[in-house]
Amino acid sequence: MEEKKKLLENCRVLDFTNQLGFLCGKILGDLGADVIKVEKPGGDESRNAGPYYKDIPDPEKNLYWFSYNHNKRGITLDIEKKTGREILKKLIENTDILIETFAPGYLAKLGLDYEDLCKINPKLVMCSITPFGRTGPYKDYDGSDLIYMAMSGFMSLVGDPDRPPVRVTLPQSYMWTGMHAAAGTMMAYYYRGLSGEGQHVDVSAQAGVLWACSIAPSFYDYNKELPGRAGVFITGRSITGAKMRAVEPCKDGYVNYIIYGGPAGIRTNMRMTEWMESKGGAPDYLKNKDWKKFNIATVTQAEIDQIEDANNEFLKGVTKKEFFDTCLEKDMLGYPVTTSQDTMEDEQLKSRGLWKEIEHEELGTKITYPSFFTKFSTLACDLWRKAPLIGEHNEEIYAELGYSREDVLNLMRANVI
Amino acid sequence: MKKGVFDGIKVAEFAAIAAGPLIGKFMADHGATVVHVESYARPDGFRSNYPPYKDNKPGLDRSGSFAICNNNKLAITINLKAPGAIDVARKLVQWADVVTENFTPGTMAKLGLGYEDLKKVKPDIIMLSTCNQGQTGPHAQHPGFGSHLSSLCGFTYVTGYKDREPSILYGPYVDHIGVGYGVIAVTAALEHKRRTGEGQLIDSAQYEGGVQFMMPSLLEYTVNNRVMERDGNRHAFAAPHNIFPCKGDDRWCVISVFSDAEWSRICGVIGKEALISDPRFATVTARKQHEEELDQEIAEWTSRQTAEEAFTQLQTHGVKAGVVQNIADLFTDPQLAHRGIFAPVDHPVVGRTHAEGPPFALSKSPFKIDRASPCIGEHNHQVFTEFLGYSEEEFKKFHEKGIIDTPK
Repeated sequence: MEEKKKLLENCRVLDFTNQLGFLCGKILGDLGADVIKVEKPGGDESRNAGPYYKDIPDPEKNLYWFSYNHNKRGITLDIEKKTGREILKKLIENTDILIETFAPGYLAKLGLDYEDLCKINPKLVMCSITPFGRTGPYKDYDGSDLIYMAMSGFMSLVGDPDRPPVRVTLPQSYMWTGMHAAAGTMMAYYYRGLSGEGQHVDVSAQAGVLWACSIAPSFYDYNKELPGRAGVFITGRSITGAKMRAVEPCKDGYVNYIIYGGPAGIRTNMRMTEWMESKGGAPDYLKNKDWKKFNIATVTQAEIDQIEDANNEFLKGVTKKEFFDTCLEKDMLGYPVTTSQDTMEDEQLKSRGLWKEIEHEELGTKITYPSFFTKFSTLACDLWRKAPLIGEHNEEIYAELGYSREDVLNLMRANVI
Repeated sequence: MKKGVFDGIKVAEFAAIAAGPLIGKFMADHGATVVHVESYARPDGFRSNYPPYKDNKPGLDRSGSFAICNNNKLAITINLKAPGAIDVARKLVQWADVVTENFTPGTMAKLGLGYEDLKKVKPDIIMLSTCNQGQTGPHAQHPGFGSHLSSLCGFTYVTGYKDREPSILYGPYVDHIGVGYGVIAVTAALEHKRRTGEGQLIDSAQYEGGVQFMMPSLLEYTVNNRVMERDGNRHAFAAPHNIFPCKGDDRWCVISVFSDAEWSRICGVIGKEALISDPRFATVTARKQHEEELDQEIAEWTSRQTAEEAFTQLQTHGVKAGVVQNIADLFTDPQLAHRGIFAPVDHPVVGRTHAEGPPFALSKSPFKIDRASPCIGEHNHQVFTEFLGYSEEEFKKFHEKGIIDTPK
């Protein structure tokens, strides 16, 4: 088989990001870019919040760091020192893409804004990722995952109606923002190839999460309807206002099973009744139902409730695995509500070759990661190296820049790196 | 004049509902000519099966869910089941640089429109196939929607309160992750083609994109043997870190405090300086131990403010806070307005509505939203005669043969 090509093999990326931008640099790294993670001397602050490897609170054992900084080399550099800025300017000469998450105005104060760096390298693509955007009334406000999930409207759609809205416990806004930043950056990079011009990409975390709201904005835009949180129920599928349960308790957890219309939904509804019948009996009103006339857009709540009562009672007696196997076998819509353990054991992901073990010499162990986000027929998208330790590649990268081992030691003593 | 990144790029979109069409929408917002292919026999599911409909009256040209995924595009109808239709579809492929599709794996090949077929027609074609589980593997053929897949990815299990059932993530959450990765993949493929002239098949599984968003919890399991559980709005290493009630009906703000410096500042804002050194709250460990009491102290203040007042006061004093904006709030959010996120468009059937722009702004090749979503078959004449070069006579014949199908 012909070896796949690294699209970004000759693309140098400087990554000055906190968790808001980790995924952006990682994605460019997945496509083969030479991504250099730049931390301040002593390491990035984001290393100091858990979870940690074996629960040992140590900046070098941060699982969040491991997750989203692999495929990068790492150096330390203090750009608040004059020498540090000189080194950065030298690095910029051979940099294609710079990603950063500093507060708006911070780099300008240091004389390192896009306009300044552009003078050194006019083809530079610079991606600035900020909480709300580089300009505008909220530009100086700060945030965290909880804030972005709220300000994007997403939280208003999630949680039980009798309790306050909720975020996803595992931070999601950083991933949304990093992914979209990578999309904008790749587009700017492609445009550079066409036009010869670099440009500045301005990414907002608040806006980054907006598409997680899916089609909810169209309900307000079209009819001034306000979609809200409905716990385990899917809303907005029917013009009667009927809502459908999506998550049902089963024998060993939960399954996701929804009454839908359309060909796949109706097939699923019919086969669920058949399955129930084969396992001890389905009620007559399900067996006698004329599914061909079933229309999800006009169905009433009473009809939905009647179907769901029987289904949910039945599902309580099956395991996640039985449910999943049956959905696969009978071509029904539905999946188990998986835990992280289930994901790691999933047959499909294994057969796709998603998992890859990477050596962590410093821990004396190997850790398993997903190795690609997409499969290309001729381009490589893979996991090449683990996340860097603090300053792990200082000597290597500063040597590439022409600094001797002694220079590096001096810079370290001066706390520049 | 500023140019779009994808000016001159032609996309033939054999995709429906959210994930596929939104990739095309991102491209259309940046200048691509995107032709959305559907038929009256099989219209895009968002037109036919999903509210909202303008004034709650169903109709193929009244769908808000279709609109939000398809602005700036052209729409044509080809009934792929009609005799001779595949030749017409191939002609469209010949015209295109990029073909996208999100059928069940294998469907395009069965129609004679698989990647191998398309390469014969257009050797440098870029084809993006996006679906739930990928084009290969034991579960590839299994159909499913994003609303199900979000649970298989693990998102549902870690959303909600500890003492309750998990909460769903509103809609097809994972579809939209597939969109972001899809845009990245197509752009990468276009860059590769620009350099080498070579096309590409992209096999994009939304499942695998979703797994990327779950990584820390997967590592927690593989290295610490711990299954991540849902925990409301709490955070293991920050306090206060929660949602708080504000004045009004169902109005809330969120506050997150990670450092002791932030803790001092919030105590100042809420007028409770005595709490700064209160042993129950002086360190993050202490605050986590007394979180219920801590949250009550904060809530006592927030409930006397509107969510907007709490947000502004806290932010101007360096405390990370936000309004839990509802969907209506988004349309009046001054920051989103500053970024031009909701762009007005005029639709011949439903009138003035808004399209939603991307979260990134490019300084030299910005997005431009200038057209509402197309009506079904609206651009048949333009696409078949101008783009594909068929004569008026052929165009008429396609109607007679049912290749270009018409309302039933």
